[in-house]
Amino acid sequence: MTMHDTKIKLSDETERHTLTVLVDNEAGVLARVVGLFSGRGYNIESLTVAEVDPMARTSRITIVTSGTPDVIEQIEAQLRRLVPTHKVTNWTSADTGIEREMALVKVSGTGEKRVEALRMADAFRARPVDTTHSSFVFEITGSPHKIDSFVDLMRPLGLVDVSRTGVAAISRGPEAM
Amino acid sequence: MDKDDTLQQALAAQAAPDAMLGAMNGTMTGAQMVIQALRDQGVTHIFGYPGGAVLPIYDALFQVEGITHVLVRHEQGAVHAAEGYARSTGKPGVVLVTSGPGATNAVTGLTDALMDSIPLVVLTGQVPSHLIGTDAFQECDTVGITRPCTKHNWLVKHVGDLSRVLHEAFQIATTGRPGPVVVDIPKDVQFQTGSYIGPQAVHHRTYKPKTDPDLGAIVRAVEMMAAAKKPVFYTGGGIINSGPEASALLRELVDLTGFPVTSTLMGLGAFPAARPEWLGMLGMHGTWEANHAMHDCDLMICLGARFDDRVTGLVKKFSPDSKKIHLDIDASQINKIVRVDLPIVADATKALREMVRFWKAQKHKVDAPALKDWWQQIDQWRTKKSLGYRNSETIIKPQYAIDRLYALTKHRDVYVTTEVGQHQMWAAQRFHFQEPNRWMTSGGLGTMGYGLPAALGVQMAHPDALVIDIAGEASIQMCMQEMSTALQYDLPVKIFILNNEYMGMVRQWQELLHGKRYSHSYSEALPDFVKLADAFGCVGLRADKPSELDDKIQEMISVRRPVLFDCRVDPTENCYPMIPSGAAHNDMILSPDDGGEISDAGKMLV
Repeated sequence: MTMHDTKIKLSDETERHTLTVLVDNEAGVLARVVGLFSGRGYNIESLTVAEVDPMARTSRITIVTSGTPDVIEQIEAQLRRLVPTHKVTNWTSADTGIEREMALVKVSGTGEKRVEALRMADAFRARPVDTTHSSFVFEITGSPHKIDSFVDLMRPLGLVDVSRTGVAAISRGPEAM
Repeated sequence: MDKDDTLQQALAAQAAPDAMLGAMNGTMTGAQMVIQALRDQGVTHIFGYPGGAVLPIYDALFQVEGITHVLVRHEQGAVHAAEGYARSTGKPGVVLVTSGPGATNAVTGLTDALMDSIPLVVLTGQVPSHLIGTDAFQECDTVGITRPCTKHNWLVKHVGDLSRVLHEAFQIATTGRPGPVVVDIPKDVQFQTGSYIGPQAVHHRTYKPKTDPDLGAIVRAVEMMAAAKKPVFYTGGGIINSGPEASALLRELVDLTGFPVTSTLMGLGAFPAARPEWLGMLGMHGTWEANHAMHDCDLMICLGARFDDRVTGLVKKFSPDSKKIHLDIDASQINKIVRVDLPIVADATKALREMVRFWKAQKHKVDAPALKDWWQQIDQWRTKKSLGYRNSETIIKPQYAIDRLYALTKHRDVYVTTEVGQHQMWAAQRFHFQEPNRWMTSGGLGTMGYGLPAALGVQMAHPDALVIDIAGEASIQMCMQEMSTALQYDLPVKIFILNNEYMGMVRQWQELLHGKRYSHSYSEALPDFVKLADAFGCVGLRADKPSELDDKIQEMISVRRPVLFDCRVDPTENCYPMIPSGAAHNDMILSPDDGGEISDAGKMLV
C-alpha cells in the first residue's frame, strides 16, 4: 500500500505542481533528490538541473510532479529536510510563476508534408536549426502544453525524434525565489 | 598521488607517532585527522572492525590513548552496539569499518538508526581514489548504498575537506532530528597530509535545524489544554532524544494538568510507569485503556511521536473526534499520516519548557469536573486488565517470566535491550520503566539481532549497571557471535531468552491470518544454549519450571559474567491485547477467543 492511500486526505484530486529546489552543488545532490522521489513513491514528470551560481556553488532543480495536495505537502517537506537544500518553492499557477520548456523536434519528409511542417513551425515560432533536403530540426520554446501541441501536429508530418529539456521555472515580479 | 608517495607518507607517519599527539591544528595525515576529530568531539568509545581500507586509521588509533575501541565480530554488531551506547548516554555512537563488506554489513544498523532517530557517526574505509569505479577488491558504492539509510553522507575526495566533513558529520548526526551519518574515506586520503581544523571553525552552509518553538503556537496549545475535557498525552522517542530535561518537563506538565499519559514503544521511560497518570503503551499491543483513551479523547497532545502504523491502527478511524496538537522537531512529520490542528515544529525540551512557563504565567486551570469524568471512564477501561494472562504451575508463561525478571531487578540500576518479536512486546508491556534512556529496542525497523550488540554498547557506557537483553531464541541467533565480544571486553550482559521454539510473532500471525499453517516458523535444530554459553566462555543457565525461575534469575544477576539464560516458556502463548491489522483502536482483541476476524484489507497489511 502506498503512503498516500493511508492518509486522511485534503482532496482526492491529483494536481500538477512545479517545485523549484535551490541546493548546494555537491556530489550526489541530484541522487538525493531523485532517490527521495523513487524511495517514497512520488512522481517525477520532468526534472531539470543546472548550476546557477558558480561563486556560491548553488544549483537549481526544477521538478514537475503530480499528486494529491497532502502528497505535494510531504514532497516539499521531504525536500526541505535534505541537508544540501537551501530553499524550496512551489508554484502551481501562472499567476505566481513562469514555466518554459525547450524542445528540439526532428521531422523527416519531402513534398507537401515538408512545406506544411515548415508552415506549422512558423505559426508556433519554432525555428529550424538544422536543414537537409529531407528533414528539419526545429527548436521550440514555450509552455509544456505548447510543445505537446506542436509535437502532436508534427506527428503526421514525419516526426522522427523529440528531445525536450523539461521545465525551467521562475517567479514573476522583482523578488528571488 | 602515485603508490610510492603513499607508501612514503605511510612510513613517515609510522616513524613519527608523537607528531599527531602534539598537533592540534597543524598538518597531519588524514588518518590522524580522524583520530583528532574524534578526540575534539569528545569521543571515548568506538565500535569497529578493521580491514584493508581502514588500516591507516587503525594504525593511528593504535598510537593514541583515551579512545577505547571495541572489536565486534560482525559490522552489524558494531552499529547496533553504537546505537545502544548512544541511546543509553545521549551521546553519538561512533563506528569504524572497512570498505565493501564492512560497509554493506553496516547497512542494517544504519537503517535501524535512521528509523529510530539515533545519532551515529559511521566511518567507512574506501578503496584508494584511483581505484574507485573499477570494481576493485572490496569496493562498493558506499555513499550510493547508504544514501537512503542515512541522514546525510559524504565521500571525502580531498584530505583538505576531511576535518570539516568530520565535524559536520557530528553536527548533523546529533542536532535537529538525530540520525546516522556515513563518512566514506578512501585509503589514499587517509595517508595524505593536510591541515586540520577544529570543530569551532566549521559552520554548515545549509543545515540549520529549527529548534525554537513558535510562541503563538505554544499559547494556543496551552489554551486548548485548558479547555480540554478528555485530553491525552501521546509521547514518543522524541522526548527521549531531546534529553532528560524533556522527560522532567513532561512530568511537570502532567503535575500541572493531571492529564493521562500514554507512550509509543520508543518513548517508554520518559514518563514513570509507576505514576497514576500512566496508561501503559499504546498501539497494536498497547493497553485497552491507552488505546481507548486515544480513540475517545477530545484533545490529543502528541509530543515527539510520528503516528506510526503500529500506533494508529486504521487511520480512517483513528481518534475521530479529537483536536490534535503535534510537537515534532522534524517538519516533514507534520500531517504525514494524520492531519493535525496545531503543529509545533521545535525541540521537545524547548517547547515543553515554554508550555510549562505559559501554563503557569497565564494561570491556566484544567476543566476539573470534566477531567474527573474522564478519569472515571479511564478507570473503567482499566478494569479490563488487558495485560492479564492465565498463569500455570507447570510451565513458565512468558508473561510470568518478564514479571519475575522485573520484580527481581527493579531496585537495581537496570538497562533493558530487546530483540524483535513477541518477547519485545511482552517486555514493553510488563517491564515498567521509570526513567528515560533505560530501554533500547528496535522500533521502526524491527531488527532481529539488535538486542545483544546493543546491550554491549550500553554495558560499555555503564560498566556497573545491570544490562539485560530480553531475547527470543530465534532473534538471538542473528547476532549471537557478539557473545565473544562480551567475553573479550568483560561485559557482563544478561541475555534472557524467552525460548518458545518458535518465531513467536510470525507464528502468532500465521495462527490469526493463515489458518494455523506454521510455515517455517518453528525453530528446529536449536542449539543447546547452555553448552553454547560454555563454548563462548560465558555462563549458561536454564529454567524449565516456574518454581525454579526466581533462583535462576537471582543466579543470573549475581554472577559478574555474561550470561545466556535459556528460559523455556509455553510455546503456544500469544501476545495480547492486540489491534488486528486494519482495525481501529477501539476494536481490540484481548484473547484468542475474542473473535478478531481480520478483513481481507487487514491481511494485506504488515
